[in-house]
Amino acid sequence: MQIALIAAGVMFGIGALAAVYRIVTGPSLLDRVIASDVLVVTIMCVLGAEMAVNHHTDSLPVMLVLGMFGIVGSVSVARFMSKQDST
Amino acid sequence: MSAEWSEAITATFIVVAAFLCAAAGIGLLRLPDVLSRLHAATKPQILGLGLIIVDVAVSNVSIATIAFAIAILFFQGLTAPISAHMVGRAAYRGDHVRRDLLVTDELADAVSRADERSGRGDSGDDSASDESPESR
Repeated sequence: MQIALIAAGVMFGIGALAAVYRIVTGPSLLDRVIASDVLVVTIMCVLGAEMAVNHHTDSLPVMLVLGMFGIVGSVSVARFMSKQDST
Repeated sequence: MSAEWSEAITATFIVVAAFLCAAAGIGLLRLPDVLSRLHAATKPQILGLGLIIVDVAVSNVSIATIAFAIAILFFQGLTAPISAHMVGRAAYRGDHVRRDLLVTDELADAVSRADERSGRGDSGDDSASDESPESR
């Protein structure tokens, strides 16, 4: 159990750090949007894993709100991105 | 016996979900353009989060927890394809697609047919196509 949790923590960390790196040095705006979605999903997975390990349900509303409103940023950026924007 | 099985299922599902998150991060780093990065990034949004939610529901079983789990899965399954679709559409329209990597581009035929049907000559094509997204 301990070894599995340490391995899971290392892999969550790899995913989150790669998403942060892509947010910082993404060649286009859409790459940054995709990477921020991956970061939000990683945070939701870590919250759920902590709840499942420690046998409590305190963070479930946080996960519900993140799942419902994580769409707003990516959809608004993708909808109103101008055609010539390459940053 | 039941507690041991619950622990084993918890550890297995957490490791699989963490592997999916790490694969999404490595795919974000390694893949060449927006559409392939989108393919890598949408894997943990449904499968990894579904595993974690099942994990929470197995870890402490009650009516409230299962209702929350169904609600979270429903809203994530509703919103993740919409955002992925919007990002892919903006990538195609904004020329963030590397066309030398594409095997075939089936949308190009539809775009050219729509351009011919709406008339090629007007210079305000960009604003017109922004106003009516069905034309692209």
